Amino acid sequence: MERSKAFRPLMAAAVGVGCVGVTIGWFAGGAPAAIALVAIAWVLWFAAIMRRGADPGRDPVTRGAVPVGDGVRVVDRRSALRLFGFFALTYGPFRGIPRMLESVLGVEGATVSAQIPDAPPARIRQWMMIIDLRSCDGCQSIGSPPRCTQACIEGHLAPEPMEWIEVFEDELEGEGTRFLPIPCQQCQNPPCVNVCPVAATFSTPEGLVLIDQDRCIGCRICMAACPYDRRFFNWGDPPVPSDALLAEYDVEAQVPARKGTVMKCDFCPDMVRAGALPYCLQACPNRAIYYGDLEEDVASNGREVVSASRFLAGSDAFRLKEELGTQPRVFYIPGHGEAVGREPTTGGRMATVWPWSDVASGSRSWSR
Amino acid sequence: MEPLREWQEQLEETTLGPSRTTTPAYYGLVAFLLAVLGWGIYAYYIQVRDGLVVTGMNDRISWGLYITMFVFFIGISHAGTLISAILRVSNATWRTPITRMAEFITVVALSTGALFVIVDLGRPDRLMNVLVYGRWQSPIVWDVVAVTTYLTASLIYLYLPMIPDLAFFRDRFANGSSRIRRVFYRVLALDWAGTDRQKHSLHRAIAVMMILIIPIAVSVHTVVSWIFAMTLREAWNSTIFGFFFVAGAIYSGIATLIIVMAILRKAYRLERYLTLTHFLNLGYLLAAMAAVMIYANISEYVTTGFKLEEGGEFLFRQLFVAEFAPFFWFYLIGGLLIPPAFMLVKRMRRIGAIVTAAVFVDLGMWVERYFIVVTGLRAPLLPYEPASYAPTWVEWSITAGGFALFALLITVFVKFFPIMAVWEMTEERKATTGVAEPTSVGSGETP
Repeated sequence: MERSKAFRPLMAAAVGVGCVGVTIGWFAGGAPAAIALVAIAWVLWFAAIMRRGADPGRDPVTRGAVPVGDGVRVVDRRSALRLFGFFALTYGPFRGIPRMLESVLGVEGATVSAQIPDAPPARIRQWMMIIDLRSCDGCQSIGSPPRCTQACIEGHLAPEPMEWIEVFEDELEGEGTRFLPIPCQQCQNPPCVNVCPVAATFSTPEGLVLIDQDRCIGCRICMAACPYDRRFFNWGDPPVPSDALLAEYDVEAQVPARKGTVMKCDFCPDMVRAGALPYCLQACPNRAIYYGDLEEDVASNGREVVSASRFLAGSDAFRLKEELGTQPRVFYIPGHGEAVGREPTTGGRMATVWPWSDVASGSRSWSR
Repeated sequence: MEPLREWQEQLEETTLGPSRTTTPAYYGLVAFLLAVLGWGIYAYYIQVRDGLVVTGMNDRISWGLYITMFVFFIGISHAGTLISAILRVSNATWRTPITRMAEFITVVALSTGALFVIVDLGRPDRLMNVLVYGRWQSPIVWDVVAVTTYLTASLIYLYLPMIPDLAFFRDRFANGSSRIRRVFYRVLALDWAGTDRQKHSLHRAIAVMMILIIPIAVSVHTVVSWIFAMTLREAWNSTIFGFFFVAGAIYSGIATLIIVMAILRKAYRLERYLTLTHFLNLGYLLAAMAAVMIYANISEYVTTGFKLEEGGEFLFRQLFVAEFAPFFWFYLIGGLLIPPAFMLVKRMRRIGAIVTAAVFVDLGMWVERYFIVVTGLRAPLLPYEPASYAPTWVEWSITAGGFALFALLITVFVKFFPIMAVWEMTEERKATTGVAEPTSVGSGETP
C-alpha cells in the first residue's frame, strides 16, 4: 500500500482511540485510563503524520515552514490553544464517583445510603458525647483496667491491640495527672474523611464518621491525617475470637474485622437507635460518660438525663485540639476524678486485656 | 577537525555497541539484579500472605520505608525533566549526549516509585477502587492523576526524540538479525525516512512535549508533598513543602543522572561523548540546586525553630540532638554542604569527585525523605511515649528489590535502545562545525 493511503486508517484509529479516551474521562471519570488512551491516540496520530511525511513524492513542508534544527520556535499560538483545549477536555470531567466504570466492572461497594437506615423525616439525630473527667479515675478505685475500654473491646470484638476508646494519663499543671478516655472524636470537619481516596471513610447525616472495611484499600493516609491517633490498622489477620468471623459484616458494627483495613470507634449508632447506650457508657462504674443528641439537646449517662447545652455551658466544657478546626462531637468536662475521690498524684492504670480464650486461626498479633 | 562523516560513523558504532555485543559481565549483572529482584518479590509474597504485620510499621508510625522509596524515586524521576526539557527549552546544546539517559531514568524511576505505593497498600487487591470510587478531593488521587500523567508524558517524551535513532537501528539491523528484532525496530521507527517534512513534524511534537512536561513534573512532586502537607501533623504543616519537594527532587535527579552516566560511560566506553564538560556542567547545576536546597532548609527550620511552638520542640530535638541527629547532620553536611563544596574547589573538578558528590547527594536525600516520613509520624499526638519504627527484613528486601528493578530496567534498556541521541548529536555537530553535508541518520530507504 502507498504510504499516503496507509495514512488514513492510522489517523482514523488515532481519532477513534482519542474519542474513547475522552469519553471515558467524561462519563466514567477514569482519569488515568483517559490519559493513557489520549496518549496512545496522540502517538497514533503522530505515526500517521510520520507515515505521510515519509512519502518522498509529496511537498516537503506545507505550512508554517520552520528551518529544521531549530527545535524551539515551532509552537504557534493556535496549536498551543488546541493543546490546552484538549487537556481541559480530558481532565475537566474528573469528578465524583465514576458510576459507569463501577457498573462495567461490576464492583459492588457498600454504599452509604444502603447501610444507614432512613432517618425519620422530621428529625435527624446529631449524636454527641460528654465525658466528665471529674468522675473518671481510670478505674483505679475498682482495681480494673478501664471498664469503658474493656466493654468496648468485648462488645465490638475489637482485635488486639486496638483500644477504640483509650484511657490516657495526662500530666496536669503543677503535679499529678488526670485520666482522659478518648474515643473517636467524630469530627464535623473530619481530616480523615477529607483525605480518603476512595470514600471508604465517610460522614453520616447523623454526624458520625464510619469506615467501610469492604472498600478501604489500606493506604493509611487517614491515620496520618487523624490528629487524635484514633485510627487502628489491621496489620495482619486480626486476632479476634473465632465467632467474630461468623458475623455478617455491617459498616456500623465493623465485625468481622478485615486484614489490611482501618478500624475505629463508630459511636454505636446501631445500638442507640435500638434504644441501648454504647458499651463504654454502660460499663463506666462512675457514670462519667454521657451520650446524647444535639438535635434534641439531651444527653444521658444511663442514670440521669440532662440538657446537653446547659450541662456543657455550666461546666466549662472543652474539646480536644479545638484550634485545629476539626469540630469534634466529643466534649470534656475538666477534672481529675475528684468527684469519685481520686487524688491527682495517684498515678497509673491497669493494662487493657483482650479476653479471647480462643483466637481466630491464622491470626497474628502486633504491638501498637 | 575530524571530518563529520568519520565522526558520525564512529558515534554510530559506539551507539550500536551495546546492542551488538553482550559480555559475560552483562549477563552476570542481569542475573545478579534478577536474583535481588526475585528476593524482593518473595518478600512481597510473604507480605501479601501475612499482611503488613511483617513490616516494622505500626499504628503510630504507619508509613515507613515504602513511602520513603516512593518519594525518593518520584524525586529521581525529575532528572529527565530538568536536563532534557529545561535544557532543550533553553537551547543548551551540550545536553545532546545525555538527554536519552536522563529521559530514561525518568520513566524507570517513575514506574519503580509508583510500584512502592502499591507495595505499601494494605489491600493491593482493591487497587481498582481508586479508579472506581476515586474522590478528587483526596491527595492520593491527585497523586494518581499526576503520576500517571507524568509517566505517560515522559514515555512520549522519551520516545519522540528516539524515533530517528530507532530508524537508524532499523536500518542497521535490517539484515542478519532475528525477525522479531527487525519488526521491533520497524514498528517503533514509524516509517522514519528523514525527510524534511518528518523532521518538521518531529520538531514540532518534541517542542510541544518539552513545554508540557515541565509544569507536569513540577505538579507531580508538589502533590507528592501534599500527601503529607494536607494532614494535621506539625512536622508537615508547611507551605514551603511543595517547593521543598520539587527542589529536592531535581537535586537528587541530577545526582542520579551523574551516577548513571558515569557507569554507562565506563561500561560502554563513551568517554569521547560524555566528557568532563558534561560532568562539570551537571556538577554546577547540582551545586546550584544545593544552594536552593540549603535556602529551603533554612527557611523551613529557622521559621519554625525560632518560635518553637508547642510540639515543635519535640521535632527539633529528635532531628538535631536526639534519636535521629547523626543521620540528620549527615544529610545537612554530607548531603547539602559537601557536594557544592566539591565544585568550589578547582582541584576537585574531576569526574571522580563529581560522582562522589552525587553519591553523597543521593544518600543525603534518601535520608531526608526517610526522616520526613518517619519523624513526622513519630511526634506523639496524645500523651503517650513516642513510638519507634525499625524496618524489618521484608521491608529491606523489597527496598533492595526496588533498587534492583531500577538498575535492571536501565541495564535492559541499553541493550535494546540507542543510549545516545545520535541524530541530535550529529545535527549539533553539523551546526558547530558548519558542514552543510546532508548525512542525516536513518535517511536510507528500508530495504
